[in-house]
Amino acid sequence: MTLPANHPPESADLAALAARALSMRQHMLTMARGPGQGYVGQGLGVADVLAALYFHELRWDPADLAAPDRDRFLLSTGHYSIALWAALAEAGVFPLSELSTYGADDSRLDMSTLDTTPGVEMIGGSLGHGLGQAVGMALGLRLAASPGRVFCELSDGEMQEGSTWEAAMSAAHFGLDRLVALIDCNGIQADGAIVLDMEPVADKWRAFGFETEEIDGNDLAAVVAALAATRQRAGKPHAIVLRTRPGFGIPTLTAREKAHFIRVDAGEWDALAAELDREGPRHD
Amino acid sequence: MTERIFTRAMGIDEASGARRTVEAPFGHALAALGAERPEIVGMTADLGKYTDILPFRDAFPSRFFNMGMAEQNLVAAAAGLARTGFIPFATTYGVFASRRAYDFVAIAVAHSNLPVKIVAGLPGLTTGYGGTHQAIEDTGLMSLIPGLTVIDPCDATEIAAAVRAAAEHPGPVYMRLLRGKVPVVFEPEGFRFEIGKARLLREGGDVGIIATGFMTERALDAADRLAALGLAAGVLHVPCLKPFDAEAVQDFALRCDRIVTAENHVVRGGLASLVVEALHERGILRAVRRVGLPDRFIECGAVPTLQKRYRITVDDIVASAEERA
Repeated sequence: MTLPANHPPESADLAALAARALSMRQHMLTMARGPGQGYVGQGLGVADVLAALYFHELRWDPADLAAPDRDRFLLSTGHYSIALWAALAEAGVFPLSELSTYGADDSRLDMSTLDTTPGVEMIGGSLGHGLGQAVGMALGLRLAASPGRVFCELSDGEMQEGSTWEAAMSAAHFGLDRLVALIDCNGIQADGAIVLDMEPVADKWRAFGFETEEIDGNDLAAVVAALAATRQRAGKPHAIVLRTRPGFGIPTLTAREKAHFIRVDAGEWDALAAELDREGPRHD
Repeated sequence: MTERIFTRAMGIDEASGARRTVEAPFGHALAALGAERPEIVGMTADLGKYTDILPFRDAFPSRFFNMGMAEQNLVAAAAGLARTGFIPFATTYGVFASRRAYDFVAIAVAHSNLPVKIVAGLPGLTTGYGGTHQAIEDTGLMSLIPGLTVIDPCDATEIAAAVRAAAEHPGPVYMRLLRGKVPVVFEPEGFRFEIGKARLLREGGDVGIIATGFMTERALDAADRLAALGLAAGVLHVPCLKPFDAEAVQDFALRCDRIVTAENHVVRGGLASLVVEALHERGILRAVRRVGLPDRFIECGAVPTLQKRYRITVDDIVASAEERA
């Protein structure tokens, strides 16, 4: 067992985490250049959350991905894979040189996650699957007397799947207080802006028995603090409603029409990369 | 005036009266196995009582999870438990496991070859509750999922053995469940169940009956009656629809003049389809008469009434076996 016993640390190095987030965003641009399009908007939006998880909150070891007591991060929205590949590459699970294969035939870095890629805890992409599997993992870890926690990302659109609420009911019923639902509310789904109103989101999770916080998901300090708060265990599962902006970090993309699948012209990439560098690391 | 027969509530027994029975063979087998293997957990979706899993719950309450009426979550959570090292046996009715939770069985479980064992009650015409509850096309649906083992056991002995085999199998399993008082057709002493293997019960001749599930019990009774009529009838029991023992079916058919298939399932996409495919693959030309359910939803009614009306009784197997091509 190589997991540090004293992790996560009490205080976070926000500047270091912001640098990780920036670096992950740069990786995502490297990846998106290959296919010339993709879910780069969603990926940039959750970069801060994934940086705070993988480089601060999660107890995990990139060199021992199967450690039984590890904390698990489940990416239910498989099409956000671009963000997961960025985090795992940044952590050294696979080499940065592999990033440019994203979405190419025979690449391990698929456009939607399969669990054949190292570091992937479940197959995402069939939306509404994540939270139920997280419930099963949390039940299993508790039965095994493991300290492992389960963090499950899901999206605002995914709340329209009934299975999400089946899972939410059972998480509360079983008192899974080592389970954290991370709801990425970026306001878009496949057909554009959210087609079926899900507000008030936080109230829904509270009503379903979750200890719920609502924060700006692109405010790194707020994300770190909200994740730290989920270490408190009082017999209830946790939910963090994350208000994120698709394309965050690159103003040109955040200003673009809210699209599920961002299209970028071939000539734009260098300018977007320069814009991201100009924006720099952000944690204020 | 004929006697009026009423639909019975959930929980009709499969016992035909001719053979001795065992009560809740699935639950008792799972409880016995649970004592040997601490990684086995039980789950249900508000149908614990009606799927015979309560003996396991009573033996291991901390290893039993009732997920409520939520079959998608039943299967998703089973996948999560499997990913943390457990072997979940999850029960519900076949209609819900297949029609309602299909995407979860396919993607959350089978795609990752997780050791989740789904045990599905009310197969075919074993309930009078109509199309909502009668799993008439479940093994067909489930057989289409890559990597999923599909079992339709015949009796109490085979259920107990299949539970053990399912637990030892590294991948996912879908098993039909006979519940309540279940007949004993196979002698338990020395009985072994091997996934993917057919069981030759009686050598053929004039006619070969290829059967699965509880229809095998009826096939044996039919073979006795056919013998009395002067027809040599063999019986091949095929408990696994997937993997399907095509070779055993082909070899058996070569030794028979004609074939009758018998299944408690729609004939299209079930055993009959598999048999015909297997015979054609080796160019074996035999007339195949199909005993099984029609391509339609079936009404409510008393189980014996429905089984007669839709022709899955011993009489129906005998009649099909007597027909010449």
